[in-house]
Amino acid sequence: MARKRVPAVGAFDLALIREALLDALRKLDPRRQRANPVMLAVEVGGIVTTLAFLAGLAEPGAEPQLFAGLVSLWLWLTVYFSNVAESLSEGRGRARAASLRASRTGVAARRLSIPSADAPFEDVVSTGLAVGDHVLVRENDIVPSDGEVVAGAILVNEAAITGESAPVIRESGGDRSAVTGGTAVLANEAVVRITAAPGETFLDRMIAMVEGAERRKTPNEVALEVLLFALTGVFVAVVANLFPVSAYSAAASGQGGAVGLVVLVALFVCLAPTTIAALLPAIGIAGMDRLFRRNVVALSGRAIEAAGDVNVLLLDKTGTITLGNRQAVAFVPVEGRAYAGLVEASLLASYADETPEGRSIVELARESGAAGTVCPPDAVFVPFSAQTRQSGLDCGSVRYRKGAPDTIAREIAAAGGTVPPDLEAKVTGIAAAGGTPLAVSRDATILGVVHLKDILKPGIRERFEDLRRIGIRTMMITGDNNLTASAIAAEAGVDDFLGEAKPDDKLRLIRERQDEGYMVAMTGDGTNDAPALAQADVAVAMNNGTQPAREAANIIDLDSDPTKLLEIVEIGKQILMTRGALTTFSIANDIAKYFTIIPAALVGIYPALSALNVMGLATPSSAVLSAVIFNALVIPLLVPLALKGVRFRPIPADRLFLTNLVLYGGTGVVAPFVGIKLIDLVVAGVLHL
Amino acid sequence: MNYPDPLFDAAGVVAFVFLLTAAAAVLGRYLARLFFHDAPPAFVRRLEKPVCTLLGVDPDTEETWRGYARDLLVFNGIGIAFLFVLLLVQGVLPLNPAGAPGMAPDLALNTAISFVTNTNWQAYAGENAASYLSQTAGFTVQHFLSAGTGLAVAVALVRGLSRRESDRIGTFWMDLVRAVLGLLLPLAFVAALLLASQGVIQNLDPYVTTPSGQTIPMGPVASQEAIKVLGTNGGGFFGANSAHPYENPTPLSNLAEVFLLLLVPAAVPFMFGEAVGDRRQGNLLYGVMIALFLGAFAFLYAAELAGNPLLAGTQGFPMEGKEVRFGLGGTALFATATTATSCGAVDAMFDSFTPLGGLVPFALILFGEVAHGGVGSGFCTMIAFVVVAVFIAGLMIGRTPEYLGKKIGVLEMEMAVAVALTPGVLVLVLSAVALAVPAGTAAALNPGPHGLSEIVYAFASMANNNGSAFAGLDAGVLFYTLAGSLAMAVGRFVPIVATLALAGALAGRKAVPPSFGTLPTHTLPFAAWLVLVILVVGALTFFPIFAMGPIAEHLLMAGGA
Repeated sequence: MARKRVPAVGAFDLALIREALLDALRKLDPRRQRANPVMLAVEVGGIVTTLAFLAGLAEPGAEPQLFAGLVSLWLWLTVYFSNVAESLSEGRGRARAASLRASRTGVAARRLSIPSADAPFEDVVSTGLAVGDHVLVRENDIVPSDGEVVAGAILVNEAAITGESAPVIRESGGDRSAVTGGTAVLANEAVVRITAAPGETFLDRMIAMVEGAERRKTPNEVALEVLLFALTGVFVAVVANLFPVSAYSAAASGQGGAVGLVVLVALFVCLAPTTIAALLPAIGIAGMDRLFRRNVVALSGRAIEAAGDVNVLLLDKTGTITLGNRQAVAFVPVEGRAYAGLVEASLLASYADETPEGRSIVELARESGAAGTVCPPDAVFVPFSAQTRQSGLDCGSVRYRKGAPDTIAREIAAAGGTVPPDLEAKVTGIAAAGGTPLAVSRDATILGVVHLKDILKPGIRERFEDLRRIGIRTMMITGDNNLTASAIAAEAGVDDFLGEAKPDDKLRLIRERQDEGYMVAMTGDGTNDAPALAQADVAVAMNNGTQPAREAANIIDLDSDPTKLLEIVEIGKQILMTRGALTTFSIANDIAKYFTIIPAALVGIYPALSALNVMGLATPSSAVLSAVIFNALVIPLLVPLALKGVRFRPIPADRLFLTNLVLYGGTGVVAPFVGIKLIDLVVAGVLHL
Repeated sequence: MNYPDPLFDAAGVVAFVFLLTAAAAVLGRYLARLFFHDAPPAFVRRLEKPVCTLLGVDPDTEETWRGYARDLLVFNGIGIAFLFVLLLVQGVLPLNPAGAPGMAPDLALNTAISFVTNTNWQAYAGENAASYLSQTAGFTVQHFLSAGTGLAVAVALVRGLSRRESDRIGTFWMDLVRAVLGLLLPLAFVAALLLASQGVIQNLDPYVTTPSGQTIPMGPVASQEAIKVLGTNGGGFFGANSAHPYENPTPLSNLAEVFLLLLVPAAVPFMFGEAVGDRRQGNLLYGVMIALFLGAFAFLYAAELAGNPLLAGTQGFPMEGKEVRFGLGGTALFATATTATSCGAVDAMFDSFTPLGGLVPFALILFGEVAHGGVGSGFCTMIAFVVVAVFIAGLMIGRTPEYLGKKIGVLEMEMAVAVALTPGVLVLVLSAVALAVPAGTAAALNPGPHGLSEIVYAFASMANNNGSAFAGLDAGVLFYTLAGSLAMAVGRFVPIVATLALAGALAGRKAVPPSFGTLPTHTLPFAAWLVLVILVVGALTFFPIFAMGPIAEHLLMAGGA
């Protein structure tokens, strides 16, 4: 299928970077910085050291001014880098939002006095429409707001929302009645009842989400912030304590002095979990952005993270696990009938059948030796009807039929023919294998059975295995009978299935699982899915679904591809993993920073403490400055990781934990030792600090 | 004194730990029965019935965490008030053969808070400053009640962890009554007899004056000594605490005291495993505790064995700071146990250890007393660290972090952080004040890094409700009695209330059934991670102080200063 994706916005588009660099400056305003308390604390530190630097300029003496100036500069840079990371991720969202917004600005609408296409209408602007208004849309119109087709049918291009240019039909009644504001009508006309107030349309919500304007912090994010904030508080106390400790010790040893203000602030900033705090906003926004690139819009950040927690997936069989259509896979003649005869009869019975099943029978028959069979020109097609439950072809006086085995058998028996004794066994055999049997007859003779089979989507079995490995149970829902359902369930490798399911079974199942403590995700598109969607923890609605389904959901898949749920789960996990990995990294960094700053700050008091200077840093000043520089530089260095996310691997939790702990914790311990040493070589070599 | 034999001592410690583990496992199951399965032994039921009637407590109504906290605070508040008054007026009350006068108000306040908070910091010497009435009706009673309070909080927390979608976490009165009647009293009775058999005295006699003019204090020591260790209280009858021959006469009594002071805290994780229906969880916490304990012991032992390089080449093993009757092994074991728990009883003065040896008790206290911690409180702090560890680990595997199937939300994180970090911040802030004001620094008897250790250790000990002293600090001055009172009260009750809030939050959550996607919290990697989290959080908080205190002192000593 040809597909025009939402335009990709690169992480490092020059225009975006320029915009981010500017926006980051504006964010230095302490009122805006307050959103990130840890970084605000760093900024306050920067202000303090800058004041100390300025005071020192006025009155040269206590501390070397070059040192105070450089530390101040790098503290400001630390905050600035953090802001750039956030602006960069927000910028990408804004660029997308801008392209969406282009289709939103007030369009003309025809408001009808009564919901009829023939009624008189007045011209209004879309922003003046209220919920419940009826409007008339015609060819070449832009649909003015979200609504539901109540009369007529239109052909709509939804590319503005989905990036998918193939037109779709929207008609009154049924599951395809929802229209979205901002989409273009290509043909016909219809009466649409408005279902969203101005500013609350799907497009509006989408824009708000991708812009990050309505981004509320998720509980996980807040809990992490509590931890980071508490650690920051502890480090404030550590630094506040170090001053009297050093003053007391200096007095006792008779050499050195209390640790100076600039070094105290530097120590605080280095210890505070700045790396994770700086990148925290970017991680969440970037996660949403990754989803959006896959054409998925989450209506809340919470929904994505909940996706990472899901442990039960409810999946419709048709369209999610299997391709929409069944295909013929075998011809099974009954006892005493020739294989070739069955193949030929099957082909003729399906000759004019344009359904995917019918075509697959023709195709298989041609591959099975009936390549030369052609239909006589005088043949008459007998279409499928709900009454007869069969279809076929009349070639002159010969009648070829295919249909449900019991119907065919009954008809044959009524016409005086004999039903082959082994028919039932053949039929049951196919059903037990998860297939659908179709009996094929020529006049009053039953020749055999065609085996129609649900075809699994490619790769679906492997995906379920991956899911099982990360502890997610899959459950298949189908209207098929239990025999067929169990066979398909086994073939697809789902953990559980519900056959002969009625619409309200989904809701019941979700409630049951939730009561057991599970988090349930499901996909849906029909109006009858809406209650279950509303109940599910993660509810993915197909964009071509009905308005109620889309409103009940918290994630919308613009491609209407139900397997997308699996990707949403992965992205949800990635967001959390990235936070965890960077937190571990950030805290592990502190070990090296202590070994840098403590000997540097205190060696004047007890020269013996130089034994703690394990990195052999040149001088106390260069050591402190190197730690501050490393602390600042690590933020931009990790921006790509924050935006891309930590790689998710479908392995059990205990192994994943060990891998990530070694990877990010280990690097977190080692990297600053190396980085600070290198920076120290430069700082000491160039600045002679 | 012979040179210590590390192999012999190691074998002894292994045997000791083996015994302790076995006893703790058995006791843990008993505690689970006592508190959780609604099946306390018949004798407890018989005993508690009249007490409940007397208190007007309905054994079947349970409280929310707020109600639980309210009852606990009221009860402890009354305890402080009662003990405060008793100490003020003990001079005119009976059972005072030595004629101890009423305490000064600041000292009485400090002492009252100290005993009610299970700290048992003693800014006085018992034989001079406390009457037999204060020792028995005051201190010994609080030894039971403060340990009972600590255990009750742990029980409430375990209820929070094991319940689902409930807003109740039990009744403080019932838990306290069962802790005292069903556990502490019977065990203390047996322990007192055991100690008395070793020579710990138990009388109400007047002090004896020898012909040479030396006064030998007497008293009902055994009854207090038993619960002093059993309840991880540590408030000694005499100023010299367990270094006094009437408190701790023989190597056997020394071992018995170490065993008893570890017993209940060590049993709590097993109780927890039973109560949540997954023994592996309890075993893991116990394993982490014992690993930290053994690590600390080995470090301390090695530091003392290495000794002072300046004395290298002198005859014999330097016994400074070691209790000669118990040798290095017994001294190191006692020192480790008393600071790994919140006991604070001592049989040697840490002041006299080598700098790195002295670092061990210091660090054990500052790292939160989680190995195995005070009765109940150690377990609660450990759970707070578990919550933090689980949170970061859970994020790293891409799920909302959960422990025992319970999601760790904002409230859980806030409370866990309050439990784990409050004492540390308290130590930093108060010792900063002490170092900045003349009243604070004047009390230290030693200069330089050692003096620093003495001052900071005092606040570490009080804020963490340990009660041991580094010694070498005049803790009776007004500044220390008042600042200490603050440290002890905040360091005890803020974490307790936070623990109960944590219990309430956890009780209200449903439990997610485990799967491959759940981080297992009973495996070795998680144990190692938990140890790392505890050590890293502690080290990050106190590295500057260690650097300026014990480490600087060690480096100075090694450098020959």
